[in-house]
Amino acid sequence: MTSTAMTAIARRRRAAAAPRRSGRKAIRETLFYLAVLVVVLIALFPFYWILRTSLESNSQVAAGVGGSNGIIPSHLSASAYPDVFSQQHFLTPLVNSLIVALGTTVVTIIVGSLAGYALARLHLRGAGAILGFILLAGFFPVLAMIGPLYLLLNDLHILDNIFPLIIVYLVYTLPLTTWLLKNFFEQIPAELEEAALMDGATRLQTLRRVVVPVAIPGVFTAAILSFILAWNDFAFAVSFLRTTGHFTAPLAIVTFGESQFQVFYNLIDAAVVIVSIPIALLVLFAQRRIVSGLTAGSFR
Amino acid sequence: MATETSVRERLALPGRPPRRAGSRVAADRRFGYLLVAPTVALLLAVTAYPLVANLWNSFHFDNLSYGGLPHKFVGGKNYTNLFSSGSDWVAALERTLAFTAVTIVFDVVVGLALAMMMHRKFRGRGLLRASILIPWAVPTVVSAMLWKTMFDPRAGFVDYFLGAIHPAWSSLTWLNASVWRSWAAIFVADSWKNIPFVAIILLAGLQIIPNEVYEAARIDGATGWQAFRRVTLPMLRPALVVALIFRTLQALLVFDVIYIMTGGGPGTSTQTLSFLNYQTFIINTDFGAGGAISMLLVVIALVISAGYVRFLRPQT
Repeated sequence: MTSTAMTAIARRRRAAAAPRRSGRKAIRETLFYLAVLVVVLIALFPFYWILRTSLESNSQVAAGVGGSNGIIPSHLSASAYPDVFSQQHFLTPLVNSLIVALGTTVVTIIVGSLAGYALARLHLRGAGAILGFILLAGFFPVLAMIGPLYLLLNDLHILDNIFPLIIVYLVYTLPLTTWLLKNFFEQIPAELEEAALMDGATRLQTLRRVVVPVAIPGVFTAAILSFILAWNDFAFAVSFLRTTGHFTAPLAIVTFGESQFQVFYNLIDAAVVIVSIPIALLVLFAQRRIVSGLTAGSFR
Repeated sequence: MATETSVRERLALPGRPPRRAGSRVAADRRFGYLLVAPTVALLLAVTAYPLVANLWNSFHFDNLSYGGLPHKFVGGKNYTNLFSSGSDWVAALERTLAFTAVTIVFDVVVGLALAMMMHRKFRGRGLLRASILIPWAVPTVVSAMLWKTMFDPRAGFVDYFLGAIHPAWSSLTWLNASVWRSWAAIFVADSWKNIPFVAIILLAGLQIIPNEVYEAARIDGATGWQAFRRVTLPMLRPALVVALIFRTLQALLVFDVIYIMTGGGPGTSTQTLSFLNYQTFIINTDFGAGGAISMLLVVIALVISAGYVRFLRPQT
């Protein structure tokens, strides 16, 4: 109550000083929008340049940027896109990445939501310690895992294989997902479940019929973040995968550059554009979910 | 947490005999451990197993390149080698620490500015947020390859724009020629990708500061800068701590950007701890020395993240 009264006083005071201030305010507004513009440019201009390079022909790439071939290229050619698929066989790594990222997401959601639910609801003794371990695992240095896992996969004869990656990538996705879904389940009113349990449903039935439908938005957020994290891995892929047919998309892009004497940036950047598209779409359509998921995953 | 629920249950079920309520809690608990088990088991498999194996290997000679040689116990030799004078590891440690120090300060300062920008209500805020999110969301391979293109003297815009300022700058080689320019390029690529994350965490911190506090500060005659120093910064402390720790860990363990942009070069001058670890394991197939490097990497990460987890759940 007092705060609204004070606001009214403040507003009146500001109104009195209005004519002198409005000029300064306009300048400040302009500066602010200028700063926003600079930030948006720094964030997005490199993507424009990638797109621009991917639309150059081989001869333009060889000649380099300059002269008439500046910010706007002298002419456009889409030849790098079919070339990425025909010469570099980029479809295989794309499919590999899709399999691994989707596989990781599915396992993460199933396993992580069960754990999140148990930690939120089922009065576990030592829940704090269990959660602490799960979170701590998320900080385990990735490069400190590769040696022993390399030897293990080698002994099991699945070293150069994409499927073990589905398990390995859980270290990226499970800690965040479990934490996220635990917080989410805690927000669902317990009375909903109590009612179902009173009616004689078992915990598992309650989970399936009552909790899961309500939890879908949280699960969706966790799934998006899991997919992004799994899709983005490079360290494990470069350590475990050997033959180009088994590469994931990020690893394939890096080796485009290594395998040739001259680096054809139009090819590399066409691949970069292709890999970025699913991620950019996810961000555009699920911006709010990602932001809330990320922040819920870090502190509350 | 446990006491809170039992209180709620006692309130909700006043007529029930305590034994039955207790038995349901016990049944729930057993079911709960069953639900948590897969997550714990899978995470143990990918973290605890490598930890134990690394510890064991680090006290042994274990190099696949010397195929027939036995898996011999060598005591602490793998560790003392790391600390011997002029070792690659000490040089990598110094580089990594210097990179981390510069990175976290820069990223948090810029991230805070971006967070305050996103916090303001204005037309186009959605566009600003999406633009800031995209560099974070793309794979590190994309951001590293993107900046590798940008710093290329022929394909990128860096030398193109610099050349417009001064002709001598139109064909600077950034990567793998000069140590400082290589680090500058790595720093730009890494910050461009990671500042958005800092900004999002800090934005969430800003959003939980109640507006009334600012109103009160303004009525007391505080200038914008005073309000920032006396209100925003202190109330943002938890978010700042989280962002700092996250970024510190990421910077200490930096690998992808290094591998893609410079491959550790020129020479070994951009090799970081994680890069050295990769090289020792995968290129040299030396699992003894690699084990020792990994163990020290884990110790460093553990000290920092334990602090984080403690901070994260002060109530339980």
